[in-house]
Amino acid sequence: MANLKFEIVTAERVVYSEEVNMVTAPGVEGELGVLPRHTPLLTTLQPGEVRVKKEGGEEVIMFVSGGFLEVMPDKVVILADTAERAEEIDVARAEEARRRAETRIAERAETMDVARAEAALRRSLIRLKVAQRRRRER
Amino acid sequence: MPSTREIRRRIRSVKSTAKITKAMEMVAASKMRRAQQRVIAARPYAQKMREVLADLAAQPQSAEVLHPLLQQRTVQRVAVVHVTADRGLCGGLNANMNRRTSAFVLDQKLPSSLVTVGRRGRDFMVRYGRDVRAEFTQLGDYPELINVLPIARVVMDDYMAGAVDQVYLAYTQFMNTVIQRPNIRLLLPIEPAEFEGRRPSEYIYEPGPAAVLAELLPRFVEMQVYHAVLESIASEHSARMVAMRSATDAANDMITSLTLTYNKARQETITKELLEISAGAAALS
Repeated sequence: MANLKFEIVTAERVVYSEEVNMVTAPGVEGELGVLPRHTPLLTTLQPGEVRVKKEGGEEVIMFVSGGFLEVMPDKVVILADTAERAEEIDVARAEEARRRAETRIAERAETMDVARAEAALRRSLIRLKVAQRRRRER
Repeated sequence: MPSTREIRRRIRSVKSTAKITKAMEMVAASKMRRAQQRVIAARPYAQKMREVLADLAAQPQSAEVLHPLLQQRTVQRVAVVHVTADRGLCGGLNANMNRRTSAFVLDQKLPSSLVTVGRRGRDFMVRYGRDVRAEFTQLGDYPELINVLPIARVVMDDYMAGAVDQVYLAYTQFMNTVIQRPNIRLLLPIEPAEFEGRRPSEYIYEPGPAAVLAELLPRFVEMQVYHAVLESIASEHSARMVAMRSATDAANDMITSLTLTYNKARQETITKELLEISAGAAALS
């Protein structure tokens, strides 16, 4: 079976770079799965989890907070704003971020940017979900 | 001729200076290595982004509205993002950058404002009464993208609000360990470079080319600012390393020549004492 070269890069580093069989990513218009020989595509991403299937069925889960996905027939690149592998996620910090976002939304302060707080909440929730899923699998 | 004791004291003081400069050299060397790695690590992202941007810009524009960050306007006001180090003791690095930006601002012959990054640049520009719009200091030696986002935000907001019509990015480009060059280039409006490459042009854009472009452009600006900051930091550390190395060398030279003087002085005292003794003995006999 043909393979895909898959890379996640952020402005700071290359997070992931491997040969894989399939990539699933959270596109703005919905989750999308990419197999080899996909049509060239470029889409923006929303915060969510990226799943990778490797040769032999091994699955790797990662979190991205947004960015771009570029698909070429033999290559997939994610330009992520931030990206973490599930095992790198700092659960305590994500938990803390979730609490912060929740209180901020609950208070509804005059000066608050509701949309921003909600986005922050969504990000931290997904981060936690990705981290938890990985824990269960072990 | 200074007394032997004075010379000894001098030698001691120069030696401790040499120790300090040597330590600073070594610290700068290790920081430089890390800073260089970060510049390199940021490259794939930047490269990819340029490719995508070039491709998008080459698309037949749906033409009705050009994204504001791409719009060329008649230039009435310019802004310069001026990146320097927080600290000195790094040779002519900050001075060169300050001079370059000042000259550039004067050349514009237009009202201009500055956004300074780094204490050295801010102090200089404030002293010369330039219009400093915003200042950022204490970014540290290893800033992350998130730390430089506010800088990009300020200039983009100003640009979108029409407060400025052109934004330049002034930073020290890291050529190699011994050469760092002050560099100024256009940040806004964005001018996508022609990209010659083998890109399959038949892309599907989701949700659409304009939407993707609108997401991409601010990030492109952020990335460029981040890159400039990284380059400046790498330059700072290598300039400091070189400056400290020559300071250490100079101190060692000084120690050598002082030791020589010291030995001469000591020899002289001994000779004088001997002479006095033998003269005394001669007078007695």
